[in-house]
Amino acid sequence: MTGATIAPAGPDHRAAFPAATFGDALRSEWTKLRSVRSTFWALAVTVVLGIGLGAAISAAAAHGYAKSSVSGKLSWDPTAVSLDGMAIASLAIAVLGVLCISSEYSSGMIRTSLIAVPKRGRVLAAKSLVFAAVTFVVGEVTSFAAFFVGQALIGGHAPHAALGDPGVARAVVGAGLTLTALAVLSVAAGTLLRHPAAAIAAMIALLFVLPGIAQALPDSWRNPVTEFWPTLAGGQLANVYISPHTLQPWTGFGVMCLFVAVVYAIAWTLLDHRDA
Amino acid sequence: MIEARNLVKRYGSTTAVDDLSFSIRPGLVTGFLGPNGAGKTTTMRMILGLDAPTQGSVAVGGRSYRDLPAPMREVGALLDAKALHGGRRARDHLLCLAQSNGISRRRVDEVLRIVGLEGVAGRRAKGLSLGMAQRLGIASALLGDPAVLIFDEPVNGLDPDGIHWVRTLMRTLAAEGRTVLVSSHLMSEMALTADHLLVIGKGRLIADTSVDEFVRSSSQQSVHVRSPQAAELAARCREAGAAVRATDPDVIEITGMDSAEVGRLAAADGIALVELTPIRASLEEAFMELTRDSVEYQAAGVTR
Repeated sequence: MTGATIAPAGPDHRAAFPAATFGDALRSEWTKLRSVRSTFWALAVTVVLGIGLGAAISAAAAHGYAKSSVSGKLSWDPTAVSLDGMAIASLAIAVLGVLCISSEYSSGMIRTSLIAVPKRGRVLAAKSLVFAAVTFVVGEVTSFAAFFVGQALIGGHAPHAALGDPGVARAVVGAGLTLTALAVLSVAAGTLLRHPAAAIAAMIALLFVLPGIAQALPDSWRNPVTEFWPTLAGGQLANVYISPHTLQPWTGFGVMCLFVAVVYAIAWTLLDHRDA
Repeated sequence: MIEARNLVKRYGSTTAVDDLSFSIRPGLVTGFLGPNGAGKTTTMRMILGLDAPTQGSVAVGGRSYRDLPAPMREVGALLDAKALHGGRRARDHLLCLAQSNGISRRRVDEVLRIVGLEGVAGRRAKGLSLGMAQRLGIASALLGDPAVLIFDEPVNGLDPDGIHWVRTLMRTLAAEGRTVLVSSHLMSEMALTADHLLVIGKGRLIADTSVDEFVRSSSQQSVHVRSPQAAELAARCREAGAAVRATDPDVIEITGMDSAEVGRLAAADGIALVELTPIRASLEEAFMELTRDSVEYQAAGVTR
């Protein structure tokens, strides 16, 4: 160690070093994401919950189909039923997305990261793009698997769906897309709030608590909430049957994306202006 | 080359850095010295673009840090050795930093070798001792082979062997023509490492000087005398304009007069001397003297 030279080339040989690029930042963020164990566990939980819960819900719903009311049979959406597990699995993605930036704040790594890449928007963009890409792949795999497993369990007990049926392929792909939008949202929330616990709590409130409270409200209050609440509106993309007081699939997804864009813009601005 | 002009940082009503101007030259180890809370870390954070100055500006190689096209190839920095993800392996930590600036994987192994961490490269960061984490932080600063290096308290947590290694490394880096800025709250440490000193207290610049000059100008000399006629000699010295402090019935400390002069005075009056010792204040004491008024958190009632 004492004999090692620090710079074989010496400090004068840096006349023309290349500028760091966005591609460099992407490679760096990919290394960060794959080199911590929480990534593996959170993605595993997403897949297992997405497929496993989807299967359980599909089996239970299919067995209850015969006894369900006429209106229940009219609104029977085997595709949405098989993708129901994804809504719960999305919590794992939200937690991982929050952690991939807020853990940098809690450990102090953010300072090391921002010294390496002082263009802060580049750090945020690279981090969210890498995480969104990983979520998209995992989300689509989970979504298709959940669909096929679910339909296999539904078949024979209740009408089931095929990928070629109208709106079905869009719904299955859509479940993965909604998860991807959620991934970007959770990175933004982690950037905005910085504390892992606070950001995770905010995501849980957004995903489950506040929509849950809305269910207890009278119709006149509940309907606009279920229609426009960003995560509920985004979830429309994974439905084939469009129930009353909900947006059309792509409109709903658009509402969610708009919400994500607003939160992301705030996070970007704060990251850029705050002392790290 | 690091240049700060009228740098000010305020947090609410507290002023952490107050109108700081300096320029740090290449080829030297510049010690950035000040008591805890003097504003050293805040200044370094502003140099590195982490904190925005309230007023003034600071440039590295003529540019603001956030405008550097390949920051790690121009500036290597270690602010806080524990500022890393505990679950990530040492090598992956360096790799993600290297990749962000387009630095090769080969260089990662190279810096691991330089700091002597090849053996624990596969260990997760939370399993590293503070000393190892310091070495890892130094390795990350060296990744880009930069011309400017900034270290905040780099010997914290190192064993004597490690401290010696860091000193040698700083000196080597400066000898290669690099700009090296090292902060410390220990004067004794800086006396062994630095060529130049930047002393701050309560966010203000107190001294910007070479180590030699600092020693010469601020080290107070005193003379320790033991004599059966101490009281008599004390009176003579006071008449001659020196300050005298009696520590024992037959021991006095004389300041403002060198030992030769004390000897002459004693001889002239026929005072017998048992002991006559010139005492040079240590660097540490000189530093304490200089920053006495600017220590942020002083224990009440304790004065030196």
